[in-house]
Amino acid sequence: MTLPKDYLGAKMGMWLFLFTEILLFGGLFVLYSVTMQRYPVEFHTASQMLDVTMGTLNTVVLITSSLFAALAVIALQRGDIRRSKIFILLTILLAGVFLADKYMEWGAKIHHGIYPNSPHLTDWPEGQQAFFALYYTMTGLHGIHVVLGMGLLGWVYWLISKGKITPEQHVTLENAGLYWHLVDLIWIYLFPLFYLIT
Amino acid sequence: MSEHSTQHEGHGPGYGLFIAIWAALLVLTATTVWVAGINLGFLNVVAALAVATTKASLVIFFFMHLKYEELTLKLMVLTAFVILSIFIGMTFFDTAYR
Repeated sequence: MTLPKDYLGAKMGMWLFLFTEILLFGGLFVLYSVTMQRYPVEFHTASQMLDVTMGTLNTVVLITSSLFAALAVIALQRGDIRRSKIFILLTILLAGVFLADKYMEWGAKIHHGIYPNSPHLTDWPEGQQAFFALYYTMTGLHGIHVVLGMGLLGWVYWLISKGKITPEQHVTLENAGLYWHLVDLIWIYLFPLFYLIT
Repeated sequence: MSEHSTQHEGHGPGYGLFIAIWAALLVLTATTVWVAGINLGFLNVVAALAVATTKASLVIFFFMHLKYEELTLKLMVLTAFVILSIFIGMTFFDTAYR
């Protein structure tokens, strides 16, 4: 009753979508680099205000969640549905930890009056304002991707429970995994650019 | 080509390999944080991007399975990244020499 899926076609379609995501963030990375080149001192000062510990913690959390997403695919390929579902739940759980960390970071900054167009921030040099504008835009857009990824993984979990994704037809889980790894990939660049520039 | 033959080939990676990749990613994360603490001037940016790109390659080739995909898909991904680097390169040709 289920139609045979075009496995390679399904994966290519997902990768094509990921290319648009890469170019979307690519554009923002270009904007970031050009602005940093223009205000190196201000970017340095502003970057020092971010919490490296929180940023590093979130990097570890996201890399680990990416591992679980990859393990979920292997488990399903091997026919271990129960273990695959546990790995998906762990991925979603760590995505939640990432967002909680981000919430605390943003919360602390906003509490100190650092948010786009705040009276406090508009007194600062242009370069520092630009840094925080980019910080909120890029980590915010990335955060939306994390939320979407959680939804996508939740949907895949439900499909597995319903028997719509099986060890024989697992490309939907693989594609959801690809999306999740892209979220990780983008963070791998966001982290050093915002937290570590010296 | 039968989809079954594609999905059941036994050449896929196992748990152990992925855990090793994960460990490598953590070591690289520690490295980049450590290197950022040393003042190398412009080299700090180069080091941060080099480590990030190494990490990205590990994620793309292993977690995203690209290493195990067909040549067509590999070439597609390569094309996308070449376009991205042209985009970045051309922008810097402009802004760096103003």
